[in-house]
Amino acid sequence: MTMARPRREPTGMGLRARPSGFGTRLRSILGGGAPATDATWDEVEEALIGADVGAEATLELVDAARDRFRDDGGRTGDDVRRALATEIRDRLVRVGSGGFVLGDPPSVILFVGVNGTGKTTTIAKLAHRLVSEGRSVALAAADTFRAAAVEQLRIWGEQVGVPVIAQRPGADPGAVAFDAVAAAESRNLDAVLVDTAGRLQNKQQLMDELAKIRRVIERRMPGQPRHVLLVLDATTGQNGILQAEAFSREVGVTGIVLTKLDGSAKGGVALAASDRLGVPIVFAGVGEEIDALAPFDPDAFVEWLFAG
Amino acid sequence: MFESLSARLQGITERLRGKARITEADLDVALREIRLALLEADVNFRVVKDFVAHVRERAVGTDLLSGLNPGQQIVKIVHDELVAVLGGERHELRLDARPSVVMMVGLQGSGKTTTAAKLAVRLRKTGKKPLLVAADVYRPAAVDQLVQLGDQIGVEVHTRSVGTPALEVARSGLDVAKQRGLDVMILDTAGRLHVDDAMMDELVRISGSVMPSETLLVVDAMTGQESVKVAEAFHAKLPISGLVLTKMDGDARGGAALSIRAATGLPVSFLGTGERTDGLEPFHPDRLAQRILGMGDILTFVERVQENVDQAEAEATAKRMMENRFTLEDFRDQLNQIKKMGPIGQLVGMIPGAGQMAGAAQEAVDSGQMKRIEAIIDSMTPDERRRPEIIKASRRRRIALGSGTSTAEVNRLLKQFVEMQKMMKMLSGGKLPRLGGGLGALLGR
Repeated sequence: MTMARPRREPTGMGLRARPSGFGTRLRSILGGGAPATDATWDEVEEALIGADVGAEATLELVDAARDRFRDDGGRTGDDVRRALATEIRDRLVRVGSGGFVLGDPPSVILFVGVNGTGKTTTIAKLAHRLVSEGRSVALAAADTFRAAAVEQLRIWGEQVGVPVIAQRPGADPGAVAFDAVAAAESRNLDAVLVDTAGRLQNKQQLMDELAKIRRVIERRMPGQPRHVLLVLDATTGQNGILQAEAFSREVGVTGIVLTKLDGSAKGGVALAASDRLGVPIVFAGVGEEIDALAPFDPDAFVEWLFAG
Repeated sequence: MFESLSARLQGITERLRGKARITEADLDVALREIRLALLEADVNFRVVKDFVAHVRERAVGTDLLSGLNPGQQIVKIVHDELVAVLGGERHELRLDARPSVVMMVGLQGSGKTTTAAKLAVRLRKTGKKPLLVAADVYRPAAVDQLVQLGDQIGVEVHTRSVGTPALEVARSGLDVAKQRGLDVMILDTAGRLHVDDAMMDELVRISGSVMPSETLLVVDAMTGQESVKVAEAFHAKLPISGLVLTKMDGDARGGAALSIRAATGLPVSFLGTGERTDGLEPFHPDRLAQRILGMGDILTFVERVQENVDQAEAEATAKRMMENRFTLEDFRDQLNQIKKMGPIGQLVGMIPGAGQMAGAAQEAVDSGQMKRIEAIIDSMTPDERRRPEIIKASRRRRIALGSGTSTAEVNRLLKQFVEMQKMMKMLSGGKLPRLGGGLGALLGR
């Protein structure tokens, strides 16, 4: 057991709008009824860059929004906002963001990402969600590297009330993954959530190790892992794109979990990464509490983005 | 994406050929590229605006230095300005009080616990006796993590039973440090969001109670545009004295450091690299400036090579090169060593001036060209690898067949290998060929 943090009230998709964010900035740029000029669009660009969408993706996004604005006969700042919001939403929907379908049992879900993005916490939250939907779940501690990572997952397992498959620290993570798949089969589980050690995507040996974990799972049970979720910290800047590219290349990412959206960051790099790779955003981490993992909702996300 | 600034400014060089001065119009084009490079490096957009304006002031009317092309000269101005903003006086930790308190604070996942252990190792090297205090009472197993790290490095870790408030852990830790006559107490705190008032207040109370002489804000090098807001919020509530930029062994450019420094004036104290407990380095402004600009980081390159190359083996190879006994077997070993060091594009990108080649090199790997070269060498007999001159037409056909390539490819590799041997002969004779010529030729460019 650990101590509970002071609780904060969630709203909407669990996200709370904060003043002085992207939306506030847009409002001050766009006014409302005033006609939009080139300068307006320049400032929109800047606001998107300020939300970590990145220079390249921003230019693309603004071009598309401008086309839409023109085609719709837009004139005012409100029209700019509408065109931009629709464009962002469409891009999210286009890659299938929001729809996470667990699939027929068993589902092996592999969690990957760089250090400190919140993989272990996300696993606990997802396990809690699945259990509350009546699913049978186990966790697998394939982060055998970081000090106390196995204990961290064990504590979460106890709190959520699900078994944790683990070996001793320093064990071969592939072997843990193998055990996990075997357990999924023998215990008729709906899902096994496999935690892996955080690794920076430019460390090829560690990426090779991750690819091996994937192969072990695949060989033990063809068609698995059904989901490979990249856990991306919303506070991350443009490196997030390199992360998404590298992890996709090595282990075939099927979805993005965008964490730490309860801070002031907007997670714009996830927009760029999801768009570039054609991979949906499936969940959002919106707080410290065990239930603070929301299925990603493009409409709610866009509304939140433009609100605060 | 993520081209080096030097590569981006190639066009400027073309435009300015033969001119003696940089004009406003030339600058506009250059500054656009500089702006993009800084934004890609995650420098906050407001900071970028000010910075670019400042560079414009300095650059307008600057006489072109001989030896530098205009693109290079603009890069130099930007680089110097970056160093000026990042640098200033070096931030040495002031640890005169006995015991002194160093408090680690930051967002979740920024690397506080790992950094705390690394700092303990570093301080012990300077003769200090540190105590680690585990005041992250929220994250499951955070205390265990610090205890395990403490075991690894042989530094005592102060913990309290579960349920003890963080403030109490910190206070009692200070008592222990005093009783034991230890020099420094390194206080690990729970990661928290800067917008979480209740959690920020907890830090304020702890800080007020243990009165740290140093409060280090731990910032992930991958942080994006929010870095300024985060640092300002922590700085507004706590007497932050310096930054630790972590995960610098990744490939993030680390523009957050520039943003925070420019917005708050806080100095960068340390850089965290790697998960080993000795991975904490003092900060060098010029190295970070080069990295932000994607100008290549020869020192990191050298370090990476040292980490991955077996020293004895490398020396033996070098000796064979010098004596002109370098064989295709050595060549294959070298390819394997390069592969161990990470994505080759990134590796080549670290070499100053080789930025443009990075893409080509990566492409060669991605397109499987490297694999084909390996396959060709693997299909040779040991004797052929040692004495490629014996490979005549029929052997070539066999090798092509065995490696699934064509005789033309086998021919090309053999020809390039002869070229390489010639170049090594020149090297050992003291004549230095153009940098990167070898690899470039090898990749068929």
